[in-house]
Amino acid sequence: MGEDLDFFFSLVVSGASIGMLYSLIALGFVLVYKATEALNFAQGEFVMLAGFVAAALLTAKGMPVVLALIATIAIMIGFSFGLERVVLRPLLGRPIVAVIMATIGLAAILRGLPPITFGGDTRTVPLPIGDNAFSLGPATIAPIQLYGVIVTLLFLAGFTWFFMKSRKGVAMRAVAENQQVAMAMGINVERYFAIAWAMAGIASAVSGIIWGNMLGVDVQLALVGLKVFPVVILGGLDSIPGAVVGGLIIGIVESVASAYIDPYVGGGTKDFVPYLLMIAALMFKPYGLFGKRKIERV
Amino acid sequence: MLAINNIEVVYDNVILVLKGVSLHVEQGSITTLLGANGAGKTTTLKAISGLLRTERGQVTKGSIEFNGQRIDGMRAFDLTALGVAQVFEGRRVFEHLTCEENLIAGAHVQRDYGKVRDGIDRVFQYFPRLKDRRYQQSGYLSGGEQQMLAIGRALMSSPKMMLLDEPSLGLAPMLVEEIFGIVSRLVAAEKLSVLLVEQNATMALGVAKHGYVIENGRVVLEGSAEALKKNSDIREFYLGLNEVGSRKSYREVKHYKRRKRWLS
Repeated sequence: MGEDLDFFFSLVVSGASIGMLYSLIALGFVLVYKATEALNFAQGEFVMLAGFVAAALLTAKGMPVVLALIATIAIMIGFSFGLERVVLRPLLGRPIVAVIMATIGLAAILRGLPPITFGGDTRTVPLPIGDNAFSLGPATIAPIQLYGVIVTLLFLAGFTWFFMKSRKGVAMRAVAENQQVAMAMGINVERYFAIAWAMAGIASAVSGIIWGNMLGVDVQLALVGLKVFPVVILGGLDSIPGAVVGGLIIGIVESVASAYIDPYVGGGTKDFVPYLLMIAALMFKPYGLFGKRKIERV
Repeated sequence: MLAINNIEVVYDNVILVLKGVSLHVEQGSITTLLGANGAGKTTTLKAISGLLRTERGQVTKGSIEFNGQRIDGMRAFDLTALGVAQVFEGRRVFEHLTCEENLIAGAHVQRDYGKVRDGIDRVFQYFPRLKDRRYQQSGYLSGGEQQMLAIGRALMSSPKMMLLDEPSLGLAPMLVEEIFGIVSRLVAAEKLSVLLVEQNATMALGVAKHGYVIENGRVVLEGSAEALKKNSDIREFYLGLNEVGSRKSYREVKHYKRRKRWLS
């Protein structure tokens, strides 16, 4: 019996740590949605792109690790910034479907680019963090996952502080609420859109480095983006704490479910259980666990 | 202080909404702009505040000057920094933000955080009710409180001029009086200039010094509030009184329809 419990515990720990890393990807999605109400269907591709950039820079000769990491983040900020300016800003004020379609198209383009420019083989993102797994009771946790969880927590705390406490964060929430009124308050709405995309760029860069290190970088890496949707629907599209809780739930459920159900069905549970949860969430909690509700006064 | 010289406003390059509107707002007083639905009152305000652009409208003729500086075609957020604040029709508070956060958002153009604090205290002095609601989500405030918050939020940018769009909309008469009272105090104490758009002509002419009547995109009548109150057309069509000054009875309306003495 004790062995079963230990097994369950280690499943929960590994699920939770993977879930936190889902949260990090979801964070990029939530930041954009929070400020601009745009749904970014290319979030997974952003992560993949960041992975490629990180792989190229970290394996370059004579490049210090810290510099390579900073450069990856800087490049992703620049990329998101440019993308907002070139693709998304002209779509301002158009129906939301236009933005969604634009990001879906963008996702396809981004998946097509790496094989052309980097070739088709899987690359590594080497990080100097060693291979010794940390043990937590009966569970063990890979160093990259532990560091990933710590980085994610720092980011989540930082962004939460930004939105709740800083004046710029309050302004950004005002922009999300009503662009025209925000403009009349002296808020340069377009600049805040750019800032939101840049922040999403940071989240994508860090996700790309961590996930690239765990899975290796190739086009398949973009598929982690698919886990974003269950996470944000469950947690609430515009909520940072929601991204954390949604990520944890999805991570733990998929890890536990795949361990117990896969032997009977031959695998694949990991991929569909999160979506079952998502559909259930849409039916019973349409704004997610922490999403903001539409206010109707009667 | 604010001078609009014969402006024309066109939406979507074809729809002519304002056909030559001129008006002046004097410093430290309330000027009111009266008119029926669709006359072009809100469009005039948006032309001043620079928000036309977000609705694909533009000023095609004439000019708008604020303290001698031409402001037509300027971007809305630059105008706020210059000292023009707009209070929207229907209040439009940021519903998911708390009262205090609404005020902080309103103070966006203030660089100094101390000024934001002082501004919040000042708003709470004028609208003590908001202080009790400080940490509540503003979407759940009552209509009157939301209107107070909308005015308070506009005050946060320390404006020289406030564009007030129908503050009486959907509010109980007592609240309307309270809000107009506070606005009058603000004008006196803060040397604020107000351009007030209203459908409630009685209330508006009560507090304003000068007034304009706009119909079909044209200014058809202007004068001091006193003169407008005595004008027989205004009495008939905006104040709902007949020649003698008693309340109009519907029986007379049926028998005799008075024609306006201006062309619109």
